[in-house]
Amino acid sequence: MWSLITQIFPYAVAFTIPLLITSLGGLFSERSGIVNIGLEGLMIIGMFTGALTISVLEIAMPGAAIWVGLLAAFIAGALFAMLHAFACITLNANQVISGIAVNMVAGALTTYLARNITGSGNILIIHGLVRKDVPVLSALPVIGRLVFTQTYATTWLVLFLVVLSTFTLYKTKFGLRLRACGEHPHAADSAGINVHLVRYLAVMISGAFAGLGGATVIVTYSGEFNGTAAGLGFLALAALIFGQWKPLGILGATFFFGFASTVANVSQAIPALAKISGIYLKTFPYIVTLIALVLSSKSSQAPKALGEPYDKGKR
Amino acid sequence: MTTRAGREYILSLVAIVLGLVAGAVLMLLSGNNPLLGYLYLFRGGLMNIERLGNTLATATPLIFTGLSVAFAFRTGLFNIGAAGQMLIGGLCATAVGLTFPWSRPVLLAAMLTAALAGGGLWAALPGWLKARFNVHEVVSTIMMNWIAFWTVFYMVPRYFKGPFLETESQKLPDTASLKTQWLSALFNGSYINLGIVLAIVFVALTAFILDQTTFGYELKAVGFNRHAAGVAGINVNRNLILSMTIAGALAGLGGATFYAGYASNMQIGVLPSQGFDGIAVSLLGANSPLGVLGAAIFFGLLHTGKGFMNAMTRIPPEIADTIIATIIYFAATSIMVERVLDRLKRRRAGQLPVAAGRDTIAAPKKGGAR
Repeated sequence: MWSLITQIFPYAVAFTIPLLITSLGGLFSERSGIVNIGLEGLMIIGMFTGALTISVLEIAMPGAAIWVGLLAAFIAGALFAMLHAFACITLNANQVISGIAVNMVAGALTTYLARNITGSGNILIIHGLVRKDVPVLSALPVIGRLVFTQTYATTWLVLFLVVLSTFTLYKTKFGLRLRACGEHPHAADSAGINVHLVRYLAVMISGAFAGLGGATVIVTYSGEFNGTAAGLGFLALAALIFGQWKPLGILGATFFFGFASTVANVSQAIPALAKISGIYLKTFPYIVTLIALVLSSKSSQAPKALGEPYDKGKR
Repeated sequence: MTTRAGREYILSLVAIVLGLVAGAVLMLLSGNNPLLGYLYLFRGGLMNIERLGNTLATATPLIFTGLSVAFAFRTGLFNIGAAGQMLIGGLCATAVGLTFPWSRPVLLAAMLTAALAGGGLWAALPGWLKARFNVHEVVSTIMMNWIAFWTVFYMVPRYFKGPFLETESQKLPDTASLKTQWLSALFNGSYINLGIVLAIVFVALTAFILDQTTFGYELKAVGFNRHAAGVAGINVNRNLILSMTIAGALAGLGGATFYAGYASNMQIGVLPSQGFDGIAVSLLGANSPLGVLGAAIFFGLLHTGKGFMNAMTRIPPEIADTIIATIIYFAATSIMVERVLDRLKRRRAGQLPVAAGRDTIAAPKKGGAR
């Protein structure tokens, strides 16, 4: 059993991390009051930009290319998210429809561009990140073997961003303002906060994080852009709600999804699990999410003004 | 621009033009001639009776998913789950078609009923969760999409495995296909099938329910203002569940027309794109059944013509999806267009431009959040 867990764990973590950072991005957007269904599309933008940048640069500058690719995906995600921000904040458009439009534009546009560039529509990178042991800490008993061996550098980057984001949201002036815009934008406005600006920034952060999440998929376990994020963005959105719009909740929810999905993926190789039909294992995370949504519906922690356009004249 | 509906159709047309312009820019950027591209795109969908039939056949499932989304929308619900409902509808129809050796009319009726019931039940759950626990339907229908995806993924190989591939079901017998001799002959052997007839019947039926019945009135009342409808004595929860169920049934029928009409077997591991395209169709068609019919045929045309365009030029077929997606973005941001139109109108009337700040989305306003 122990050896089984140690075998599964690195895969579960690798699957969790892109979900975690994307979901964290969604947290910024939704805490500021903007629903972001477009996370899926923003991940695709990150995957495309990351894969394209790395595939172009990796001959000339091996090693560094990956980090340039991640940075490019981060920036591209933020820029593309402005489409959503413009529609939702400046034009008061319906946020769900705008998010769906963002998803559709991202998927179609990147596939179109990739077809023009490579012909097949897929973009391959030759070298992804290499798994490394963390020095010293990997020698620790139990957690050293589980957490600090065979890790990707992006895992630590993302975990650092989680800590940084939590600090930003709860301990800084910007974080307080951002949350105020999601709870009661009129009160925030009367206190001198520029609601539109804060929401723009929040949506752009969500795009940047989702873009980074998409590129993380490319440099860790996928290695190829193929025009889809396979529902990861939607899963990140579900994790955001499952985690009740809180950083720690998101961490738990995404790890649950990561672990459950990994177990389902490797179940055929594990005698104890091979007996269970794959259909139960594969649908398990989604069914649990539905149940969790029901259980949390009474005491939902959703931001009060989530999904409502900010209209200065409204009381 | 006299009526609200007329205004919405104008905004849809502007969105289409802007989407086509964006497509032209993309063609130019990739070094192709947009005029030639569009010429082949439209010829590919219209140039002879067979291709016209294919356009209608491609439009058929889109009409159903579009109706599905529009129907739920009128009650203030977002049905993002049309793809999953299509899959379940298709699975039910395929299961009946492959299992029972009945005569053709009986078998087809049973298959369609099964698809209708399957899709309906699949959507009834999110509807019930919304009514009973206030679980947001956007999230629950997305979850249901993936549950449907994996259900088909495991059920098809286990019970209906095809003779050659693990990833597809057996081919449906001719008696279980919506493809019909006279219709195929009429359109020179295209993919067109009885689904299009069914689709047109359901366009009329949904228009009738929404505009002519008390039930439709109650649904729309719930969509406009849930609380006011409740105060007026309308059973809000019952209407929410029924609206989702009917929406799911429509998408389920769309699945039957796709998997037992356009195609003749089910592929696993694919979430049908018609589900999300249905949202686009509904939005472009201003959530009215007739608008949905028009928008679906237009998208069917783009999808049918893209292969021909790709064969005649070097433009990748994905341009069609890009154009559709751009149209949807412009439809979603139609307030921008509306502001410009307002300004033009005022200038013509000799007035000074005044900042317009109205809400434009055609959908009923949704109160609160998930």
